[in-house]
Amino acid sequence: MARQATKLDTKKVNAELFTLTYGALVTRLLKDYENIDDVNKQLERMGYNIGVRLIEDFLARTNSGRCVDFRDTSEKIQQAFRTYLSVFPQITNWSTANDEFSLIFETNPLTEFVELPDHCLNLKYNNILPGVLRGACEMVQMEVTSWFVQDQLKGDNVTELRIKFVKKLEDAIPVGED
Amino acid sequence: MAMQDILFEFLHHEIVSYLKSKPNKEEEDVSELEYMGFACGFRIVERLTKDWPRFKEELDILKFLCTDFWSSIYQRQVDNLRTNHQGMYVLCDNDFRLLTKISDGNQYLEYAPLYVTFTCGLIRGALANLGITCIVHSEVHSMPACRFNIQVQKS
Repeated sequence: MARQATKLDTKKVNAELFTLTYGALVTRLLKDYENIDDVNKQLERMGYNIGVRLIEDFLARTNSGRCVDFRDTSEKIQQAFRTYLSVFPQITNWSTANDEFSLIFETNPLTEFVELPDHCLNLKYNNILPGVLRGACEMVQMEVTSWFVQDQLKGDNVTELRIKFVKKLEDAIPVGED
Repeated sequence: MAMQDILFEFLHHEIVSYLKSKPNKEEEDVSELEYMGFACGFRIVERLTKDWPRFKEELDILKFLCTDFWSSIYQRQVDNLRTNHQGMYVLCDNDFRLLTKISDGNQYLEYAPLYVTFTCGLIRGALANLGITCIVHSEVHSMPACRFNIQVQKS
């Protein structure tokens, strides 16, 4: 690259472009589907597709090895949020069985420029994130589900994402192969 | 290299494949994508140029687009900017980021337009916010090189 003398903050520009593009996508989906639940589902599906690919990038970048337990996983997830979205969620509210925890976001880059109009209260604006987590974890043989408990867009103080470990996926051997 | 860029790339691919999966005509998809790009370009430039010194002339704006704007979004500057000084500008990017991961050569050339349309809109939106009304066309002859033709509309 010849001159790198840009006065712009590349990282910020990219983050904002991502936020704006995501906003444009959600707007599009709201126009396409009459039912808001379908929008939520579609966002989750897109997130899944992203997660499936993103995990590879994450593993390549961080050189991280196998997780010993779900607490270990939670830290990896936290690290991923830091790497890709530059947010620092807190890990809290572990369930007694250690299979469920919450990530608390004080800021959420996805919703930086967003206000929900009254007729969209059912919309899960951030629903791409649970999809990404599901896709990414599935690629490392873990089934997780996640959902939002609190959302700043809906007037809560913080955004809380609850993540639950469902089961360990076993490698399925294709039929006819030993 | 910024980390967010990869997210944008994935999101962009998802948007394209979502629009492709709909039973629409291709022209509708293209105009849809172009509009999404326009909306993003228009908004992002508003924020980027907030503390920027005022541009003297059209060419300055185009230069800004090819250097600062392009390098922060696509990780590289435009390779070549040409103009006939009558409102026609041609931007060449020989290694366009949104195409590099798709194909190298002429295979899948038929899909290329869908992957550059968003950027056409992005350019149009960015220029619109800076006071230039224009039409943007793209040409891909061999991936990952891409050419954007900007025709400025004189009012």
